Amino acid sequence: MSNNNEQRKTYYESIIKQGYSRRDFMKFTTYMAAFMGLENSMVGQIAQSLEKTPRLPVIWEHYQECTCCSESFIRSNHPIVADIILDKISLDYTLTLMAASGHQAEAAKQETMKKYHGEYILCVEGSIPMGDDGNYCCIAGKSAKESFLEAAEGAKAIIAWGSCASNGCVQAAKPNPTGATPIHKIVKNKPIIRVPGCPPIGEVMAGIIVHVVAFGRLPKLDRLGRPKAFYAKRVHDSCYRRPYYDAGLFAETFDDQNAKNGYCLYKVGCKGPMTYNSCGTIKWNNGVSYPIQSGHGCIGCSEEDFWDNGPFYERTTKMPGFAVESNADTIGKVAAGVLAGGIAVHAVAANISKRKELMDRINRGKDNEKNIES
Amino acid sequence: MEAKKFIRVMVWELPVRLFHWLNVLAIIVLCITGFLIANPPALLSNAEATNLHSFGIVRFIHFVAAYIFLFIMIMRIYWSFVGNQFASWRAFWPFSKKNWNNFWHVVKIDVMLLNEDHPNVKDISVGHNSVATLSYLVMFFIALIQIFTGFALYADTSGWWFPKLFSWVIPLFGGDFMVRTIHHIAMWTFILFSLVHVYLVFYHDWLEGRGEVSSMFGGFKFVREDRIKHHEDIPEESKK
Repeated sequence: MSNNNEQRKTYYESIIKQGYSRRDFMKFTTYMAAFMGLENSMVGQIAQSLEKTPRLPVIWEHYQECTCCSESFIRSNHPIVADIILDKISLDYTLTLMAASGHQAEAAKQETMKKYHGEYILCVEGSIPMGDDGNYCCIAGKSAKESFLEAAEGAKAIIAWGSCASNGCVQAAKPNPTGATPIHKIVKNKPIIRVPGCPPIGEVMAGIIVHVVAFGRLPKLDRLGRPKAFYAKRVHDSCYRRPYYDAGLFAETFDDQNAKNGYCLYKVGCKGPMTYNSCGTIKWNNGVSYPIQSGHGCIGCSEEDFWDNGPFYERTTKMPGFAVESNADTIGKVAAGVLAGGIAVHAVAANISKRKELMDRINRGKDNEKNIES
Repeated sequence: MEAKKFIRVMVWELPVRLFHWLNVLAIIVLCITGFLIANPPALLSNAEATNLHSFGIVRFIHFVAAYIFLFIMIMRIYWSFVGNQFASWRAFWPFSKKNWNNFWHVVKIDVMLLNEDHPNVKDISVGHNSVATLSYLVMFFIALIQIFTGFALYADTSGWWFPKLFSWVIPLFGGDFMVRTIHHIAMWTFILFSLVHVYLVFYHDWLEGRGEVSSMFGGFKFVREDRIKHHEDIPEESKK
């Protein structure tokens, strides 16, 4: 952990101090510019910012979560991300990675909050249980809710890492026993960047932090508060299997010839067409692969309520409000059948009930037919 | 037996009929392609994806039909301000005593199939009856739901500014998942509505013999002579 008493170093100084060369540093900035979708000419600006800007104090809170976001982050493409941005320099407080523990750790957090009031970035990993006074998640004798509100108060901006902090994720799935709540529903008066995904891609996380550092402001966000650079497109739109979709060539099951041919996984439940993320372009594990490339459909982990939105391996439309597994088409077919039956009954009943009226009319018509002048 | 006298009345003007049939076409195409998009058929083709674009074409047809669906709806809204009394928005205004009297009358006579001892000729609507107008009003709002959810889902794949006007709908429901579900469920209401609608048209034509079915082709309905005010002023020619 950094020593808060020393003069804040710039990112560049810290990177060099860690034993990286200038060359490593330039590679890192180039990577980051590429991930953020910036032009080549912007590499210089990022490098310059990192050379000049004193590091941002960062508090990284863990609440209801599985730490997969942190795991993803430390596995991002370039070692500088893990070494410099995350572990050695930036983090003033993070439960899972800091050397200090117990009272020391809490003291470090309190000190950062006091010293850099209004300056630090608060990263939140995990949702906050609001049920039963927030007693489902307690850290250092405080409930997650208390601890979060305390940390959020002096934050310059909040980054909601992962689906837990952005959408509630699995623990917010129905019936949401702990009242798991995403942070944007708790704090309204701070700029919040939502970075959904279970976990989000490490390079995306690094890209966002570097953007904040390099440009001194939040990245451009979409309507849901997600950075446009990474969440503007559906997985589907950048999927390498997309031509099979357009051609109408689909895998029917996971073990058929079509699946072996690498056809589109739409019919076996791929949620790529509804999921906004960069998996198709940045990929995972240093660009090795991503779920669809490995033959498994996207489960839509970066979408709200993905856990409640129907089965992962079927393309059905689950009816909200029905306890049994039922999809809209089944209910529609039953409703159409019942309606058709009702119509048939009504038609018969109409002919019986209105018989007199009908016969009068028919007889008048027949009379007229006989009296046609020809 | 005395023959009842009927007079031919132009009820559905050409733009209304055009709207009706284009709407029928658009809804059928949208439903079929919609089902195909939701659950594409197994296409066991050996062709390379490069040489095929079948699913792309299905989606293309869906989007074209969606635009037709939208534009004729705008045209129909315009016509409800300049068209005749049966096309006017006033005919669809549900909040009047007259409307509700007619509503209960239709429920009693045509839904519950009760008979009246002394039927009043004025209870038979010339244009839409009040149950029908209410159902069209409901379908109008469901059509709006389809337009808003559909174009919202379409917005991100389009380069045009127009579909992007609807992109705020996605965040409103949290994501594409829910928007897609709503779009799919709302489609079923069109199918159910069509069943009832077509049946009731046949029912009225069969029971009342006023040309209910053909009125949507030619525009004319037959109205009892005693319902036409000052019918002696009407030129002889048009009574035929």
